[in-house]
Amino acid sequence: MNPIVKQLLIIVVVFAGAMSASAGLIWLERRLLSLWQDRYGPNRVGPFGLMQVVADMIKIFFKEDWIPPFADRVVFVVAPALLVVSVLMSFAVLPVAPGIVVSDLNVGLLFFLGMSSLGVYGIALGGWASNNKYALLGAIRATAQMLSYEVFMGLALMGVVMLSGSFNLGRIVAAQEKMWFCVTQFPAMVVFLIAGFAETHRMPFDLPEAESELIAGFHTEYSGIKFGLFFVGEYLGVTLISAMIVTLFFGGWHGPLLPPVVWFLGKTFVFICGFILLRASLPRPRYDQLMAFGWKVLLPVALLNLLVTGAVVLARG
Amino acid sequence: MIALFYIAAAVAVLATLMVITRAHAVHALLYLIVSLLAVALVFFLLGAPFAAALEVIVYAGAIMVLFVFVVMMLNLGAHSVKAQRQWLRPAIWIGPCLLAAVLLAELIYVLAALPAPAAAPVVVGPQAVGLALFGPYLLAVELASIMLLAGLVGAYHLARPEICGPTEGGT
Repeated sequence: MNPIVKQLLIIVVVFAGAMSASAGLIWLERRLLSLWQDRYGPNRVGPFGLMQVVADMIKIFFKEDWIPPFADRVVFVVAPALLVVSVLMSFAVLPVAPGIVVSDLNVGLLFFLGMSSLGVYGIALGGWASNNKYALLGAIRATAQMLSYEVFMGLALMGVVMLSGSFNLGRIVAAQEKMWFCVTQFPAMVVFLIAGFAETHRMPFDLPEAESELIAGFHTEYSGIKFGLFFVGEYLGVTLISAMIVTLFFGGWHGPLLPPVVWFLGKTFVFICGFILLRASLPRPRYDQLMAFGWKVLLPVALLNLLVTGAVVLARG
Repeated sequence: MIALFYIAAAVAVLATLMVITRAHAVHALLYLIVSLLAVALVFFLLGAPFAAALEVIVYAGAIMVLFVFVVMMLNLGAHSVKAQRQWLRPAIWIGPCLLAAVLLAELIYVLAALPAPAAAPVVVGPQAVGLALFGPYLLAVELASIMLLAGLVGAYHLARPEICGPTEGGT
């Protein structure tokens, strides 16, 4: 096959995969949440309520797309798109199977960190442009939370980089052929997992949109398709972080018998379900608890892990 | 590659111009972020992917977020935009423009006088950067880290809650 055609095909497949995964998550999350909370959840539209996604889409497309007169128009419109684009960009460096990756970048891991740090803008600017005090409070919380947890996320990943000797995600997966990094880098995995939750501001860490205190936080003023974009951005983030955990700590496409793509997708699916299970089971911490936990627990753990890993790598020569 | 470089460079220059001329602080900051991203792309095209990634993570992703954070807190309204417009009178531009023109003339002279750089740039990977930082530039790295430590201690001191103030108010 022509290499250019093959590359385009990979781009289309990865893009469509990410988008349909995030659409499917709308249904999956509601069904799983209700399963764990002894309810039925959406089960009326189509088999198992699967067509609920289509119904939601139609509803969100035809809702009034309202921009408040007091908002900063341009920034208000651009902000949701910024969030979605920055998350989607990270999928470009994700190795799905040997040879199947959009861009085999030699600084792929840093690219992922850079894009996740740009994702803050979507939320911070969305909250600011709304010109609403609750939205602004949500945006401020989101900025501080994501900025802090990015630090621990990056530090935790450096242990993986030391062991595999590369920032290239394909090589990191290849380095886990004998032993997954979730064994040798266990503290890093725990820190990355928690930081991942905070980065996607999902339930235990969803203080930026805590509905009991801030109405809906940074997206209070958003409606229709722009609100939908924030939603899609969140589900894309969940998919991305799950896929990154699999790639970095759980051997990526490695596994016996089944083809590599199946292993990768299966492992990612398990972690997505884990995300939803945590949402169903954990309460929200207070904001100062969240920050104190990050700086007083996660940072020392990540640094210690880095120190020990460095010593081990040095001793082995 | 050359065309991509010139496009990214043009974006960087245009965005920087917009940073200077915007009266609205947040809009100016957004243009500054675009400018930094364009510079990151220039780094990448010149064969320095590590520097490009760090430019995005550190400058565009962390420092500029803090700028936006502070400006968000200040809640600058329409009145500050008006004030900025007044400060940006055409007469203000003469001095800086003259000085910048001198620099530009010097730059053009230097570029014209020097021989053209090698066509194929060398790719500088993460390892090369690390070796340079902890080899010949170790002292500079240590000095920078001491400066950061001073900043950290200062910020801690300023933000420390007053546990036992000299004057206990009321009661």
